[in-house]
Amino acid sequence: MVDAPRGSRVVVAPLRTWLGRRRVLAAGIVLIGLVVLVTLLAPLFAPYSPTAPGADRLVPPGAAHWFGTDQLRRDVLSRVIYGGRIPLEVAFSSTLLSLVIGASLGWISGYAGGRLDRTLSLVMDALYSFPALILAITIVAMLGPGVLNMVAAIAIVYIPTYFRVARGQTLRVREEAYVEAAQALGARAVRTLRLHIAPNTLNALLAIVSFNIADAILTEAGLAFLGFGLPPPTPDWGFDIQNGQAFLQSGYWWLITFPGIAIVITSLGFNLLGEGIGEAVGPTG
Amino acid sequence: MGLLRYALTRVLLTIPMVLILLTVVFLVLHVMPGNPVLVILGGRNVPLSLIHEYEHRLGFDQPIYVQYIKYLWGVIHGNLGDSFSSGMTVTSQIALHLPATLELSFSGLFIAALIGVSTGVWAALRQGGITDQVLRFTHIGTYAIPIFWSGLMLQMLFGVFLKWFPTGLQLNPVDAAFFQPITGFVLLDTLLRGNFALFGEAALHLLLPAFTLGLALSGLVGRVTRAALIEVLDLDYVRTARSKGLPGRVTVLKHALRNALIPIITVVGIQFAILMGGAVLTEAVFSWPGIGSFLLQSIKARDFNAIQGTVVVIAVLIATVNLVVDIFYALIDPRVRFS
Repeated sequence: MVDAPRGSRVVVAPLRTWLGRRRVLAAGIVLIGLVVLVTLLAPLFAPYSPTAPGADRLVPPGAAHWFGTDQLRRDVLSRVIYGGRIPLEVAFSSTLLSLVIGASLGWISGYAGGRLDRTLSLVMDALYSFPALILAITIVAMLGPGVLNMVAAIAIVYIPTYFRVARGQTLRVREEAYVEAAQALGARAVRTLRLHIAPNTLNALLAIVSFNIADAILTEAGLAFLGFGLPPPTPDWGFDIQNGQAFLQSGYWWLITFPGIAIVITSLGFNLLGEGIGEAVGPTG
Repeated sequence: MGLLRYALTRVLLTIPMVLILLTVVFLVLHVMPGNPVLVILGGRNVPLSLIHEYEHRLGFDQPIYVQYIKYLWGVIHGNLGDSFSSGMTVTSQIALHLPATLELSFSGLFIAALIGVSTGVWAALRQGGITDQVLRFTHIGTYAIPIFWSGLMLQMLFGVFLKWFPTGLQLNPVDAAFFQPITGFVLLDTLLRGNFALFGEAALHLLLPAFTLGLALSGLVGRVTRAALIEVLDLDYVRTARSKGLPGRVTVLKHALRNALIPIITVVGIQFAILMGGAVLTEAVFSWPGIGSFLLQSIKARDFNAIQGTVVVIAVLIATVNLVVDIFYALIDPRVRFS
């Protein structure tokens, strides 16, 4: 690449070799990029409407309908392309929510110590030890189906994860000389937490975000599969698999196969990204 | 003596955990919207007097803290209340459904260990090679697959297309109707009754769901096995065993794997919670009559006592497994002093 502008030689080429050595990270980025791109630009990619009937019933995959059609004469490919919107929305917002709440509680708990710390830790440990999916089902069942309720349920379930990491890191950082120095100079607790402790726990927190999103995608899919997601016409991978389950005994394989592959690609992407980040940041394992 | 005290302390430590979960679920159920009385009476156009009568009968007209204390008092005495959708006590309902779940989860755990440990050992022995890379990717892949989807795909492939296995339930409906349980564990009961044909049928029904559950957990077991084995393979006594001229297989299986088992079992114990979550979805896919299916039914019927009771029982189950793993760990590893 002799003619390449200077900038690309300085930035792009080293980045490429750096990514080349980190195949796991690169694979994760590619998969997530693909899913996010297709989901964001769904109207461009989808050949048909995801909700309007437009073909025959239960047509097997073919030239006109690559992924076939469902029992309501809708194009499965278009539903798969649109079907990532809700899962990604729910996974991103619930992860962000549990990161913010969990980390804040963890910082406060770790910094304050004493009875508050003991009580919070006990509650968080109890929630942490319980199966995330069952807790999420119970919460969303009582709140009722819907996107916001799914976000709330999944966010609550993952708060303990961030709490534990933030608290553990805070306990470690709290003993550092610069924190003691800040305290000796009379810095108030909020200032110490915000300027000296929180920033030094971020790396550890962000390292688990990607895995968390992958898990949240699966939890959302599980909730939608069990019927706790949005009401029918909305395309959603988990819900579409539940819809296809009724036709599985008759051998209509395409109804469940394609939405499932979409979930696997998405979740795999975020798992690989998490692995890749871990590899790039810490020692290899 | 030390072990007994250690075990007792651990048992005492699980009490707050169960209590906290119970409280959280109680609050979730009683503070959030949704009137179970309406569900019981079926519909919206129910006379207000009838609603009040039922609320009174079920105790819903009392302040929340009174309901809470009453419920807690019952739980302490092993009474989880009445399941108002079925009319039976929650305890007897759970006792009816728990064996199916236990059979499923322990078979799943066994399959996860089988696949996980063997692929983990394989990866560790080929450390850094292509096989190792492929297995690593496969291991990550197993926890990216939604368990209900792998269940459905297996069901479709082996149940619908190849017809090798039944697609759901514990026994064929007719056999199930005439089956007289002893312990509630179908595999065990068919053996106890000496009905080997029925045992075979039950095993055939169990295989797909157990494999679904086991596959989901095998990646994690595989990775832990690989990491633990690689660490042990570098240690002096393994090198000694090798330099004595023992064949590679003997060294790995007899000396290295045995010591790598400690972290593997610990992780499996911790993952029991994930296993229970997976069991709920697996039961939904395979119409498996366990507590996961019972929980989903109870949620649909807004059967508060049944939902609460199931959560309490699952929490106790997980706490028990963690306790057993901890004690096992303490027994096997002489470095653990019971303090």
